[in-house]
Amino acid sequence: MNFPIYMDHNATTPMDPRVLEAMMPYFTKVYGNAASRSHQYGWEAEEAVEKARQQIADLIGCTTKEIVFTSGATESDNLALMGIAEMYASKGNHIITLPTEHKAIIDTCKYLERHGKEVTYLSVDEFGMVDLEALRNAIKDTTILVSIMMANNEIGTIQPVAEIGKICREKGVIFHTDATQGVGKIPVDVNAMNIDLMSFTAHKMYGPKGVGALYVRKKSPRVKLSEQMHGGGHERGMRSGTLNVPGIVGFGKACEICKEEMESESKRLIYLRDKMINTFLSRVKYSYLNGHPTERLPHNVNVSFEYVEGEGLMMGIKDLAVSSGSACTSATLEPSYVLKALGRGDELAHSSIRYGLGRFTTEEEVDFAIEQTIDSVNHLRELSPLWEMFNEGIDLKSVQWAAH
Amino acid sequence: MAYSDKVVDHYSNPRNVGSFDKNDPSVGTGLVGAPECGDVMKLQIKVNEQGIVEDAKFKTYGCGSAIASSSLATEWLKGKTLDEAYNIKNTEIVAELNLPPVKIHCSVLAEDAIKMAIEDYKKKKDVPAEKEAVTA
Ligand SMILES: Cc1ncc(COP(=O)(O)O)c(C=O)c1O
Ligand code: FES
Repeated sequence: MNFPIYMDHNATTPMDPRVLEAMMPYFTKVYGNAASRSHQYGWEAEEAVEKARQQIADLIGCTTKEIVFTSGATESDNLALMGIAEMYASKGNHIITLPTEHKAIIDTCKYLERHGKEVTYLSVDEFGMVDLEALRNAIKDTTILVSIMMANNEIGTIQPVAEIGKICREKGVIFHTDATQGVGKIPVDVNAMNIDLMSFTAHKMYGPKGVGALYVRKKSPRVKLSEQMHGGGHERGMRSGTLNVPGIVGFGKACEICKEEMESESKRLIYLRDKMINTFLSRVKYSYLNGHPTERLPHNVNVSFEYVEGEGLMMGIKDLAVSSGSACTSATLEPSYVLKALGRGDELAHSSIRYGLGRFTTEEEVDFAIEQTIDSVNHLRELSPLWEMFNEGIDLKSVQWAAH
Repeated sequence: MAYSDKVVDHYSNPRNVGSFDKNDPSVGTGLVGAPECGDVMKLQIKVNEQGIVEDAKFKTYGCGSAIASSSLATEWLKGKTLDEAYNIKNTEIVAELNLPPVKIHCSVLAEDAIKMAIEDYKKKKDVPAEKEAVTA
């Protein structure tokens, strides 16, 4: 085993060696500008980009003309929200989203609110699921966009995207989904799911960092966007800038591999995920799964160990590269807003650990992670005044805390 | 963020973990922080007839720096008079453990816990004294 064991695949993934191999010629040999129409270097670069577009389109069930390349999902999210808000300003100003979205959505919505748009943040249930009836009722005459993520990056909950798409189509509202965590991991079909716009990124699916895409529906309905990056008119005028050819080639290859291997890979990951979850829940008293038990990404485990603080725990599981929703690990000293939105109390957010499994994670590594975690939880509970009070039968909610 | 060797040492081998009976008149208890904030520290001192801290114990729910700050505090408390103990500063803990700026509040928590434990001990000493005066 290689230490520390990388278990943060919801943050980013290593590149698959096959992806790197595909990219290599495009740095030093086929280095032309894909927009250069006057020579072979340019033509070959363009050909490579078109091949990648096809590989990506095949994974999500769209046509090549519907893929707009960007620098990643953050840019795709910004382009979708800002681009729609601007393009459809005369039709309305209302956007519907979730409080558990990635910051790339939340902060863009906050920006739009400061500029006269109205945003509704639908509440989610204790598993992080959207309420479809509440969504249906929230749509009004001025609603121009619904943006709901496919799968959550912290808790792994998969939203009923097809049902959301159906409601939006019925109501004639554009539907955007941030599918950064879903594409390449779970089956996606933009037509079957009635998705109009979709953000995703290469580095979460064993491709390179710094390249992503926005799917923009071209037919029934045709979705139009105001460009946010002005310039040479690349990507059908929706995103100017010289294309990142090696990155795009890698993105394409990554999609091709995901398509071929998704079925077997997700089966293997679900086995490891469930082994981890079930072992924690059965061997550690007062441990809780965060996120949905079954509607869940194959590679995401997020567990709270009550009476133990997440950052303290991360120090104990020093051979694991994981992340925590604890306040102490975040720059703002606030616990995870995603876990808080589940309405199960801040303590569970403070005591949460996320394990993101991946293509190269082995069962041996998972077993090691389980044992090191359980040992650390036991060590920290011995140190924990809350554990002691709990065992003395003191109701922690009744204590007058001297908060600082 | 990387932790200093001293923080790691206190985290892995915490000194003086445990509890005294909080109703013992020679014991002072400080309980600071809150579970919603992600840190709770319990620090106790046992004071002898001469007013010297004879023993100290802690339990902490929090990050490694909070655990190390309280573990270090219990070491420093032993053998000190109450006045000396009251003068332990969080900045001394920061210096000893090499805590980075984002971890200063962990040391502040330890200082608060020390002061609260001393005040608790003093309050307890006063109460029976008053009672005696009444019954005499
Ligand atoms: C759900 C979600 N949206 C957006 C992003 C941002 O992606 P990128 O790093 O490609 O900008 C991430 C990853 O950090 C994510 O998990
Ligand atoms: S207890 Fe919160 S950062 Fe140390």
